[in-house]
Amino acid sequence: MMDELTGRGAVSEKKSGFAAYLRRVWAVAAKDVRTELRAREIVVTMAAFAVLAAVVFGLAFDLRVPRAELVVPGILWVIVLFTGVLGLQRSFGSETDRGTLTGLLLAPVERSAIYFGKVAANLLYFLIVEALLAPTLLILFDVNLAQPIILLGLLMGTLGYAIVGTLFAALTVRSRAREALLPVLLLPVLAPLFIAGVSLTAVVLDARPAGEAWRWVGILALYDALFLAIALLLFDLIWEQG
Amino acid sequence: MSTLSKAARSDTRQWPLLLLDILAVLTMALAMWAGLIYAGDAINLAGEEQVAQRIFYFHIGSNIAALLGFLGSVVGSAGYLLTRRLVWDSWAAASVEIGTIFGFFVLLSGSIWAKPAWNTYWTWDPRLTTAAITVLIYIAYMLFRNGFESRATRALFSSIYALFAFLSVPLTFYSARLFRSIHPVIVAGSNQESQGDFALGATMGQALTISTVGFAVLFLALLFHRVRQLSLEAQIEQLQMERDE
Repeated sequence: MMDELTGRGAVSEKKSGFAAYLRRVWAVAAKDVRTELRAREIVVTMAAFAVLAAVVFGLAFDLRVPRAELVVPGILWVIVLFTGVLGLQRSFGSETDRGTLTGLLLAPVERSAIYFGKVAANLLYFLIVEALLAPTLLILFDVNLAQPIILLGLLMGTLGYAIVGTLFAALTVRSRAREALLPVLLLPVLAPLFIAGVSLTAVVLDARPAGEAWRWVGILALYDALFLAIALLLFDLIWEQG
Repeated sequence: MSTLSKAARSDTRQWPLLLLDILAVLTMALAMWAGLIYAGDAINLAGEEQVAQRIFYFHIGSNIAALLGFLGSVVGSAGYLLTRRLVWDSWAAASVEIGTIFGFFVLLSGSIWAKPAWNTYWTWDPRLTTAAITVLIYIAYMLFRNGFESRATRALFSSIYALFAFLSVPLTFYSARLFRSIHPVIVAGSNQESQGDFALGATMGQALTISTVGFAVLFLALLFHRVRQLSLEAQIEQLQMERDE
């Protein structure tokens, strides 16, 4: 029954193995990126929003905060969180708008391959935006975020965000008020990730001992692993009902 | 005729629930008496803090009920995913709704106590952070449920969300605990850096037990009522669909 639903029987018998699975994940991700390259609807909007948000934060905190290092960790992660929601809404939203979701689900690949393809595409979008956001914060606040542990934390936090966010985007796309609901569902569940990300950035910017920063990296790793496992377990269930 | 007999049958099923209601009223009255009158004063506190610490019985009681709501949501959701029977989902939904009310009570009573004890209504202590995030997750869960027409889809999706929340809440507590904590740990162990701490005397311990039991009974009474209400709602929906056909 499950095999029929996921199309596992159709594909895996011919091409099984991890490499073949990765190829299918890649195919879904490449499809998303190709659509994005042609339509340019997600990344450009996200990037514009991220820069705008940084400017708004700059205006809000200018001359009110003695040292920019005090607020930049928070600003960085708030912008990452809010920008991400913007992109995630389109991840499945654009598929339903164009009526291509059914086609995607009928493709002879595992449902988990669709999920990981989407996660990979979203992760790429997020990282592009963050690569733009960090220099913007450098210019506006004169705080250099290009330090190895911060970048590692940003990468791991973004990965966890993409893992949870993509699954929630799939959940909300079938609900009546999907655009409004996604951030409400997402932000409280992302709380540990947000706390760890902000603290890690603050620890590094304050030049405190590296051991403290690694603890936060550990929490991010735990978050990623835990939610990856549960997402893998539960993602197939989402498409069970018509 | 058939609807009448059905109504009569559900009336006879109500009396255990009525007993539970009466029990809840009595234990809650007892808990209020024990917390406000019977329990002795905290030895090491004076003035405003001495009055404020009595909210502790209400605070812990509500906390127990909120915790039961949290556990109920997880058990109900896991039960639904494993069995696919909608009644499990009703238990999860009812647990969340009642847990949210008690979660608000926890936050409210905590804030009222914290002002004299900590000189602030709110601080980002791990317990406070976790409680607030849990209430926010509950609210998101209830909003999410409203967005589906089909009961099966609603049950499936909200169960998935509840399981994610279940994993996220302990992580929130753990990551928030890496900051300094000032929340007193009264029941088991103690927090060296806590402020507003107090030791439990004999009468205080008894009052605490009474209020814990009282709030648990109140939670159960409300839970059974809400589940009954939800199943009646489903019956009405079913009857309307049958009539329309």
